[in-house]
Amino acid sequence: MEWVTGNLDLIGSLTLDHLRQSVIAIAAGFALSLPLGWVAWRYRLLRGWVITVTGLLYTIPSLALLMILPVVAGYPATSETNLVIALTIYAVAIMVRAVTDGLDAVDPAVRRSATAVGYGDARRFWAVDLPLAGPVILAGLRVTAVSTISLATVGILVGVTNLGYLFTNGLQRRIIPEVLAGIVAVALVALLIDLLLMLAGRALMPWARAEAPRRSSTAAEAAA
Amino acid sequence: MIEFRNVTKRFPDGTVAVDAFDLVIPSRKTTVFVGSSGCGKTTLLRMINRMVEPTGGTVAIDGEDVASKQAVALRRSIGYVMQNSGLMPHFTVAENIATVPRLTGRTRRAARARALELMDVVGLDTAMADRYPSQLSGGQQQRVGVARGLASDPNILLMDEPFGAVDPIVRAELQRELIRLQRDLDKTVVFVTHDVDEAFLLGDQVAILAKGARRLQFGSPSEITEQPADDFVAAFIGAERGKRALRVKQTPHGPVLVDAEGRTQGVLVEGGA
Repeated sequence: MEWVTGNLDLIGSLTLDHLRQSVIAIAAGFALSLPLGWVAWRYRLLRGWVITVTGLLYTIPSLALLMILPVVAGYPATSETNLVIALTIYAVAIMVRAVTDGLDAVDPAVRRSATAVGYGDARRFWAVDLPLAGPVILAGLRVTAVSTISLATVGILVGVTNLGYLFTNGLQRRIIPEVLAGIVAVALVALLIDLLLMLAGRALMPWARAEAPRRSSTAAEAAA
Repeated sequence: MIEFRNVTKRFPDGTVAVDAFDLVIPSRKTTVFVGSSGCGKTTLLRMINRMVEPTGGTVAIDGEDVASKQAVALRRSIGYVMQNSGLMPHFTVAENIATVPRLTGRTRRAARARALELMDVVGLDTAMADRYPSQLSGGQQQRVGVARGLASDPNILLMDEPFGAVDPIVRAELQRELIRLQRDLDKTVVFVTHDVDEAFLLGDQVAILAKGARRLQFGSPSEITEQPADDFVAAFIGAERGKRALRVKQTPHGPVLVDAEGRTQGVLVEGGA
């Protein structure tokens, strides 16, 4: 505990680095997964390919990816870009499937109804399909966020500094509280982001909460 | 006026849902398509707003082929009410009703005002405006569906078994309400159902359809009851049973009408219209 109180500045700045790297990767992964997931949903023939190929990305060992990417793309392995791009790839691997599943989960009757009252295709996608796919996409995004934040620590092995530093440094110097502080900090960051995503979901999709629990009470009202 | 001229719909798998169908649907009347499920009645309805494109023949509204109109604009100009309401689960009641006005560019405020006005018209408490469809009963959802269909004040209202999924008591209530609405609004209503009683209750004109949308008979409920085109129609409308096969029974208080089971269905009033 003494180590922690004496190094709050270090933990604070590492946490900010960690947050920055993770949040950029999560956001980029989400942005890339929307069109990819849509393509997989819209074009049956491409579906198997897109889902399988993006899913396979997750099987690439992270350390290997962090060392291969700089060679292929020509940036230094120690740059933050290297880690952010690797994390984005893993985020895409999880998110594409969530987007496709989410769009699949939209009731075809609602979609048909939207068309029948005069939504054009593009407008229907943004106003009907995407919001209704929201709960499933959000579930995928929350898994992605937590997994990305935890995975980001591996960056320290190729020299990208973040909360992972507390693990390697703590182990080398045999300071167990430092390692524990790292674990707790990563968990707190993950919980914080997860909480923010959950709150954002509630704010953006108030209808999703109205759906299930009220049903029994409205049935009673109707009977009355 | 909606005209079907030699309309055929053959689906890619080879089934012929509609085979050379001809019909003129008069304006400002309620026309009901009634038939067993799979007879092509819903396909006919969906061809009016181009949800389904015919593979042969034309559908015309006031003499203009619908195929020549832009599909999205056409659909916005025609009210559509479907089974299970078809409401957007993520829109509130008011947003659902305001859908078409919003699509056609009305401001949020104007569209909401219109939605509240329509809630009144269809008999919904405006206190429900900000609830979600899942928080309403089936009958209330169906009223919202009707209000949404009326929101852009269309000349034509298409109704695809709109009361099929609600219980009989609510259904009867909604049917009475629709009759009242139609008296006030005077729309061209095309209504699809498999329920003969509903068809005869609501329709000014009823088309009885068999598989392939083959027209067995088209006429007013009275015409069809008085003179069924053939034995199939007679059986389909139940001419030999229930409250459509009544005989006179003399009682000390005057003549009454009884059905095949001997239950008294009404009193015979002499000299009535």
